[in-house]
Amino acid sequence: MKLSSRTKAVAQSLFAITIGLLIGSLLMIIFRFNPFNAYYALFVGAFGSLSDVLETLAFAVPLMLTGLTFAVGVRAGLFNIGAEGQMYLGALAAVVVGGNLDLPFGLGVVCATLAGAFVSLLWSLTPAILKVTRGVHEVISTIMFNWIAFWLTTYLIVYHFGDPTSAERSIRVLPSARYLVLFEGSTLTTVIFVAVAYCVFVYFILWGTKAGYELRVEGANPDAGRYAGIRDWKTVLLAFMLGGIASGVAGASQIIGRPPVWSFYATLGNVAGLGFDGLGVALIGRNHPIGVIVASIFFGALIQGSRYMQYNAGVYFELVRAITGIIIIALSVPEAITIFRKWARK
Amino acid sequence: MSRLSNLKTSRSIKIALGAITLITVLGVAGLFGLDSKSILEIGLLAMTPLALTAVGEVVNEKAGLVNIGLEGILLISAIIGVVGAEMFGNGYFGLLIGLISGAAIGFVFGVLSIYGKADQVITGIGINVFALGFIPYLFMVLWGVPGIRVVPVELHVPAFSIYLFRIHVVTILALAIAVLSYYMLNKTPLGLRIRAAGEQPTALDVAGVRVDKIRLIAAIYGGALCGLGGAFMSIGWFGSAVKEISAGRGFIALACVVFSGLEPLLALVGAFIFGLAGGFATTIAITPGIKETIPFYFVNMIPYITTLVVVTVAIGKKRFPRESGKPYRRE
Repeated sequence: MKLSSRTKAVAQSLFAITIGLLIGSLLMIIFRFNPFNAYYALFVGAFGSLSDVLETLAFAVPLMLTGLTFAVGVRAGLFNIGAEGQMYLGALAAVVVGGNLDLPFGLGVVCATLAGAFVSLLWSLTPAILKVTRGVHEVISTIMFNWIAFWLTTYLIVYHFGDPTSAERSIRVLPSARYLVLFEGSTLTTVIFVAVAYCVFVYFILWGTKAGYELRVEGANPDAGRYAGIRDWKTVLLAFMLGGIASGVAGASQIIGRPPVWSFYATLGNVAGLGFDGLGVALIGRNHPIGVIVASIFFGALIQGSRYMQYNAGVYFELVRAITGIIIIALSVPEAITIFRKWARK
Repeated sequence: MSRLSNLKTSRSIKIALGAITLITVLGVAGLFGLDSKSILEIGLLAMTPLALTAVGEVVNEKAGLVNIGLEGILLISAIIGVVGAEMFGNGYFGLLIGLISGAAIGFVFGVLSIYGKADQVITGIGINVFALGFIPYLFMVLWGVPGIRVVPVELHVPAFSIYLFRIHVVTILALAIAVLSYYMLNKTPLGLRIRAAGEQPTALDVAGVRVDKIRLIAAIYGGALCGLGGAFMSIGWFGSAVKEISAGRGFIALACVVFSGLEPLLALVGAFIFGLAGGFATTIAITPGIKETIPFYFVNMIPYITTLVVVTVAIGKKRFPRESGKPYRRE
């Protein structure tokens, strides 16, 4: 049976998700949890009621953006795993602007978002420049920048932008810099429109412009690029810039686009980890901006549902990230389905 | 002949320059009131997991596999090592269990890369993400605490003192393994096969050697060394396990590998430089009079900044095996 490339891609994603959930249930059984109860709770927690669906969508917002960061990188043949650190700085910039500048409502939101995007963009440029000028591998440089960003951001929150009334978090952003809550009582805000719009924008750049075309050619055919001369520096810069903006908005979205805290925990607890979750989002979404939107809803459901799962089935929510890892590993083996079908036929 | 002697002279000049730099750096640190013995002692401890991981990865990459899941292996084996030590009531068993768990992950990575023709970078990322979720989960199900476990004192494998200088048995082991790996790669038939598996797998195949088996051996070896390094961190060095214990060391080890151009002894040198940076950071953080002036947030950045600087400066035209990171397909 011959499969079209798109059907095959979807089949691979579904196969990987199945493998992930199976090994996840194995990890539950070992520690005497009931996987059926757990997955049922996970599903109900994510989609059981309208308010659950809204929470799932709220979690999907940062994930589609950090997923986009990695996806654009892969499209250009790069492994940009710097979304995590870029997101910290984006969130911090949004706090600093949104917490200090009292602007009229619309302008405040725009300025805080742009600040997040801009600072994150600047942060992502250094690994890009190191890559272009010195050939430093982006996996190493972005991880180092993640750690430096972690300590820099916690330092700045604690020493310079701390809330005088509460030691464990930053100042709050002013009401004028907060996105509007879409439905009373939910944490979903209008920031989701910004996130989706940015994904569509990147789709347009990649598939509708010459620069985007070059980026995809470089990524799809690294050998051709290598033999043609040096890697095109424009491609690297473009991929890092598009990704940096996405991560910055992702970080900002968790501060100015998510009630009720409206500030940044000094542990970075309200953004930490979302950058790494984006890797799974990108790969499940086949590194396509629209696929990433769909995949982010799946991962948003995993995160939202996992809280309910922990409460109702006793399975700790951290397991969900382990399942993500398994899904990524399963997706890395492109021939997994072929091997599986051969094996099943025996 | 003269070229060879030139090469040797230039190498001894480099070694001499390195030694002079080291003494100067430690001396200057001493002027600022930092204890240079403490920097060196902690530096060697910090070097150990990096050296083990980097040397293992050098062998791995020589055979044509690139495993960037080292960070995850370090993290998992550090915690599984503690579980093993508590189960058997013996710290050395813990180190062994750590080594075995690392070897097991190396095996899985090898099988997926070799037989599944996996995209190795993605597999490595998957291992890292898995560890990020699996380890906090394990903390909760085993110990019911979110992310810290103090290893009972009787299970520590502590450093010992030679002439008042504290050094760890695993550190000595790491030095020996680096030298042995160098010897193995360059002077033995197995080493020749490993190098051929990365450079000319087809030739190796034609010569009647199974490329898949050689690569699998290298993957297990790399995983095992990384696992030992992980278990060393929790049982031998810190005496506790936290869910962020690897703290980027897997990637710093990758930086060592890049720095070394796949020479085990140079990987050791790289690990020593980065370890020393860690020694500096820790010594600054514990020296009264200095620790108050520099917030520890900045001190904690030192190893990462050092890594970036070294990788940026030292990277030149390093040559890596032709077939590195690519699956081998038999015609």
